[in-house]
Amino acid sequence: MKRQHTQKLAVGLITAAAALVVLPIILVIVFLLVKGIGAISWEFLTAAPRNGMKDGGIMPAILGTVILSMGTSLVCIPLALGAAIYLAEYSTESRLTRWVRLAIVNLAGIPSIVYGLFGLGAFVLFLDMGTSIIAGSLTLGIMTLPVVISTAEEAIRAVPREFRIVSQSLGATRWQTIRHQVLPHAIPGIITGIILGLSRAAGETAPILFTVAAFYLPNLPQSASDQTMALPYHLYVIATQVPGMPLSVQYGTALVLLLLVLSLTLVATLIRTRMRRNRDW
Amino acid sequence: MNLTHQAVQIARRHTTGVLLRVRPLMHWRWRNWIELLIESVIKLAGVSTILIVALIFLFLVREGLPTFLDIPLRALFGDRWYPIEAIYGLWPLIVGSLLVTAGAILIAVPLGLTTAIYLGEIAPPWQREILKPLIEMLAGIPSIVLGFLGWVVLAPLIQDLGAPTGLTAFSGSVILAYMALPTIISISEDALYAVPKDYRDAALAIGATQWQTIQRVIFPAARSGLVMAVMLGIGRAIGETMAVMMVTGNAAFIPSFGADMAFQPVRTMTATIAAEMGEVAQGSLHYHTLFGIGIMLFLITFAINSLAGRLVGHQTTNRRQGGRL
Repeated sequence: MKRQHTQKLAVGLITAAAALVVLPIILVIVFLLVKGIGAISWEFLTAAPRNGMKDGGIMPAILGTVILSMGTSLVCIPLALGAAIYLAEYSTESRLTRWVRLAIVNLAGIPSIVYGLFGLGAFVLFLDMGTSIIAGSLTLGIMTLPVVISTAEEAIRAVPREFRIVSQSLGATRWQTIRHQVLPHAIPGIITGIILGLSRAAGETAPILFTVAAFYLPNLPQSASDQTMALPYHLYVIATQVPGMPLSVQYGTALVLLLLVLSLTLVATLIRTRMRRNRDW
Repeated sequence: MNLTHQAVQIARRHTTGVLLRVRPLMHWRWRNWIELLIESVIKLAGVSTILIVALIFLFLVREGLPTFLDIPLRALFGDRWYPIEAIYGLWPLIVGSLLVTAGAILIAVPLGLTTAIYLGEIAPPWQREILKPLIEMLAGIPSIVLGFLGWVVLAPLIQDLGAPTGLTAFSGSVILAYMALPTIISISEDALYAVPKDYRDAALAIGATQWQTIQRVIFPAARSGLVMAVMLGIGRAIGETMAVMMVTGNAAFIPSFGADMAFQPVRTMTATIAAEMGEVAQGSLHYHTLFGIGIMLFLITFAINSLAGRLVGHQTTNRRQGGRL
């Protein structure tokens, strides 16, 4: 029974490979938790950096990331929602639609550093916004588009066809049907997509390098045309650019960033599973 | 069963066909105007995605074109990158990117495909429930965090193994492999899932073992999807910036060819842009050249994704219909 042996061997190897993928993930998260938890205190989360960023906290960086995320959603949500509704409800199988899909696939594939270059060339220099929150938000917002569009489109398509038939048969127009029958049922899925997109944007470093991120700022940003510190860039700076930075601060910053991003992912997953469970069709 | 299904399909097609032609009973002129307006706005949002891709390319070209006009092609693909003396040979950076990406793919493809097989064919449901969110979590970990771990943990580890420095192409490949894994796993899992269950049953019924079924039936049937997974994995790996910048050592030299090629420091195209853009004078040739590298990255990923997008297009046109009218 040679092939039975091969079967056992193959399954064994496949299982081992899967373990090799999954175990490091758990290891990374646990390792960061163990190493970083000691650095996190009330002061670390709420105070500004002191003494060449070696003491104090990382509040300006956290706040900067939160502000950038809000800016990102302002840019991204209207455009992504429109594009998703177009693809799910209005598009026909035409050349234009194929082009739109091609564009979205490619937007998803463009390297984040190229988004950074685009932001620098288009917003910072050409539109003369300078390195500012608004330039960074625009760059991150555009980068987030494909994720949000794809998930939102899927959520809208998941609404059963019968809802639309009944609504239109009662005399509602196409937009009234979408607005009152389709979107309300698709909202949880759309929100999942938005949160996933934001978690991506919050963790990105390359697009904000030249568009908004500041090495160190003594004051918090006052307006949308100011620079701001941001968590991912801050981690890069204290890990590689500042000699003699205590490791605990680095681990602490990495952990805060990880928890921020993963909790967003978790919320998105929870909304999705709840939605699947409560679906009434 | 099949007949009922067919009947329902026909009935559906019929009703929608009629319904679409029925005009709304309340037929005010302004309502049509609003309808038209909203439809145009939404269409505009859809088309804007094309516009954005075009704009990205346009602005890259606007800032990067002088690279290809002012530097002779021979010098541009020379084997030294030394901007301080105005030597802009891109070859070391291209080799660096290729080396790190190739290493990442060599690690990630076997691991990713086998994990997808495990999830799709072998794992019991309760394991899938745990493993899939975990892999999604990996996709969510910011690249800078992985880069940081590579910098403080992986690099010293590799150095302890006997390499002169831990910041090598190999370290970059390992980190990149894990960043590309979620993409490769989820797409190849979809491809495996799309193989009809009948194929499996038929193969098992004629006495094939599970492994034979996977190897000779499911794999060939899912081939185009698996190829797509690998391609998108490559696209993901070649564009990664921060993690690679932190762990590959950033030495813009062509590594000497040999067995230890992977254990020398390299510098990728992406890392070069990230590391040097902050220090260049705007409008200098160095500045333009960094945008020139951006153009090349854009074109590479555009080619990869357009090809992959074509594959998707063939596969999912039917599924795409969804619930719409």
